[in-house]
Amino acid sequence: MYTAEMLESIKKVEATRAQRLGVEPRRMTAEEKEELLKKFHPDYREDGFQEIKVGPNKGEKAPFELGTLLHSNSRILNVPIDLNKVDYDVDVLVIGGGGAGSSAAIEAHAAGANVMMVTKLRIGDANTMMAEGGIQAADKENDSPQRHYLDAFGGGHFAARPELLRRLVMEAPDAIQWLNDLGVMFDKDKDGRMITTHGGGTSRKRMHACKDYSGAEIMRVLRDEVWNRQIPVVDFTAAVELIKDDRGQAAGAVLQNMETGEYKVARAKTVIIATGGAGRLHYQNFPTSNHYGATADGLVMGYRAGAPLLYQDTIQYHPTGAAYPAQIFGALVTEKVRSVGAMLINVDGEAFMHPLETRDVAAASIIRECTERGKGIKTPMGYGVWLDTPLIEMLHGEGTIEKRIPAMLRMFLNYGIDMRKQPILVYPTLHYQNGGLEIGGDGFTKVIPNLLVAGEAVGGIHGRNRLMGNSLLDIIVFGRNAGKAAAARSKEIELGVMNLDHLQKYAEELENAGLHTGSVSPMLLPNYTFSMPR
Amino acid sequence: MQEMANVFFYGKKYSVPADLTIMAAMEYSGYRLVRGCGCRHGFCGACATIYRIKGQNELKTCLACQTQVQDGMYIATLPFFPADKRNYDMEEISPKQRVMMDLYPEIYSCIGCNACTKGCPQSLNVMQYIAYAQRGDFEKCAEESFDCIGCGICTSRCPAGISHPMVGTLARRLTGKYIAPKSEHLKNRVEEIHSGAFDELIEQIMEKPITEMKELYNNRDIEK
Ligand SMILES: Cc1cc2nc3c(=O)[nH]c(=O)nc-3n(C[C@H](O)[C@H](O)[C@H](O)COP(=O)(O)OP(=O)(O)OC[C@H]3O[C@@H](n4cnc5c(N)ncnc54)[C@H](O)[C@@H]3O)c2cc1C
Ligand code: SF4
Ligand code: SF4
Ligand code: FES
Repeated sequence: MYTAEMLESIKKVEATRAQRLGVEPRRMTAEEKEELLKKFHPDYREDGFQEIKVGPNKGEKAPFELGTLLHSNSRILNVPIDLNKVDYDVDVLVIGGGGAGSSAAIEAHAAGANVMMVTKLRIGDANTMMAEGGIQAADKENDSPQRHYLDAFGGGHFAARPELLRRLVMEAPDAIQWLNDLGVMFDKDKDGRMITTHGGGTSRKRMHACKDYSGAEIMRVLRDEVWNRQIPVVDFTAAVELIKDDRGQAAGAVLQNMETGEYKVARAKTVIIATGGAGRLHYQNFPTSNHYGATADGLVMGYRAGAPLLYQDTIQYHPTGAAYPAQIFGALVTEKVRSVGAMLINVDGEAFMHPLETRDVAAASIIRECTERGKGIKTPMGYGVWLDTPLIEMLHGEGTIEKRIPAMLRMFLNYGIDMRKQPILVYPTLHYQNGGLEIGGDGFTKVIPNLLVAGEAVGGIHGRNRLMGNSLLDIIVFGRNAGKAAAARSKEIELGVMNLDHLQKYAEELENAGLHTGSVSPMLLPNYTFSMPR
Repeated sequence: MQEMANVFFYGKKYSVPADLTIMAAMEYSGYRLVRGCGCRHGFCGACATIYRIKGQNELKTCLACQTQVQDGMYIATLPFFPADKRNYDMEEISPKQRVMMDLYPEIYSCIGCNACTKGCPQSLNVMQYIAYAQRGDFEKCAEESFDCIGCGICTSRCPAGISHPMVGTLARRLTGKYIAPKSEHLKNRVEEIHSGAFDELIEQIMEKPITEMKELYNNRDIEK
């Protein structure tokens, strides 16, 4: 499968393998990291961003493509929608069928609320399903929540909101226990001890996993539980705008059937935005590891209704997306591959960095290797570096790859590459939205009453960079919390008269700022027709 | 010149670059997907697909997002198949053999044709995991079905009308909840946190000034 040039380089990788075995490359100093990031991380590329011209974050930066969506009018600005004809009337409306939405729905249901989920594709067609590596929690004797806090806070460049991070780490063991009791099959030894590993930036081995189908296993169980509870799931239906009432409270959402185009009105006493990430916006033309529906809809809807964003200008590029072959370009190669021993190697067979630096540092370092240093390996789509996977079995014995990272083995075997015998090619891929809608420690947005946000659509939990395993954790912790909080709040709510006035108001702001993007938002799905895949 | 392949979506011919996946080839040809596309990377099972190479007898099944086109492929997607999930309360059921009999009795009508296994794009031994479920060996069923992405291909091929991924899910949940050994350290830590053992420590670290946090972070000891 590899080209002759690649095979040449593989020989060099093989030549140095024995002497690299068991030698840990030096970690970078704080100063080295800072310089590297400034020079090579895509977040520092001015032309990848634009200034937001309207709304609560006016004057701040956003990735160019997100900025354009924020500068666009609503899809339903001129669509007559009769809000008096209520199709669904519930206590809790959950928007999004990923891990955060499902956790929220389960807890709201358990608390006795009348809850409904709407989701754009099917429940489980979501980034959660794709998470491979694992989920963090400080539940071993040598670890503690405050250690977890320090790792996440430092890894996020000291920008996380303390009240959010506190909840994340303090409720982590509880989240694992909850999942375990729902029937998630975590990797354990025969005595029941969780098998935990490092992730980039962790100081203790606290990454729990379900082989390399961690997210899939969690998602399958949550989905099954949602079904068992017979919580209504309205699938292939997108929320296109929030509805407010005359007191400015969140009061529901306008929904659209993705197949027939029909609009429906959902009235709800509380609304939980759990719409996930934005990888399909392809910032700076990067490929992405995200699912088809990751188009930042929740951010756009929330922002139009007046909810501020936080850290919308920080994006996580996962250092190891598949760089070759073309069919899997951008697909994630889980960090776990490095956790279990694979090293990053350049064209000359040199280990150019410690494999477990934080993701932003690792991504920037790979980009430097492939650009300034000219030590990348050429591919039809650009460049890549080697991830030396055969090391894993030299370290941990034959069969380790099949047992610990079967999804990865399968993905490359599909294209004739056996990672047990040959290294694989990787390059950074657009992976995660660090920022999102701002919430308080209670899960509610600070400006729109009864509106909650959970999961990847939240900004501030992780600061300006997220550690592996803290996102699966946050969707459970904050998803559960949102479900409980929404159920409780819904008991106290009286809704006023529903309206969509904010759409018109936003349109006027756009007009006044002279913005005419020629498109509407939210995006709902990317458009790949008649083009080459990304 | 890019190498092209002729493929047939629902019987209609299109010429597409030969290195595309089936999913990408549909989009290249102008399809705007709503159904049949979820994760795009082989994890969600939305893109079950059935095809035949012209002139060959065998019907093949695959995931559209993980399979490269071939010349002469006649392709039909299978974005939905009516599987049947039964409802249960995880707190009420237990890992006894009866549970399968009660919830999924049709598994006992398996005729051993192995069509499920042949169709599985994850190369799982599907018939075997159904056999384990029949015997009440839930742990083995869970292990064998672990990589199932719920694409439903097996279900679409089964003459006995079995909903295999649902059976696998039940076995895995029973295993995770009831059969796998309990994690003492987890239980202890949850209790410690609930009893407030970390409240003060976490308050302390939350209040530290950034300079001190940087100091602590840059000098923290890292487990080998
Ligand atoms: C390939 C990959 C690997 C990862 N690995 C890890 C890992 O190992 N560890 C870790 O901690 N994290 C990992 N992550 C990150 C983590 O999986 C995600 O951040 C997290 O699962 C997001 O969960 P969520 O529920 O917020 O969003 P999602 O799971 O993406 O769910 C969002 C849902 O909202 C729906 N939706 C979107 N817009 C609308 C709309 N307008 N109307 C209705 N519904 C809508 C979507 O269709 C989807 O169902 C990974 C992510 C990816 C992509
Ligand atoms: S077992 Fe069935 S549903 Fe699961 S991956 Fe295989 S064919 Fe698909
Ligand atoms: S397809 Fe159905 S009947 Fe045939 S072996 Fe599989 S489970 Fe049994
Ligand atoms: S789209 Fe998810 S498996 Fe193909």
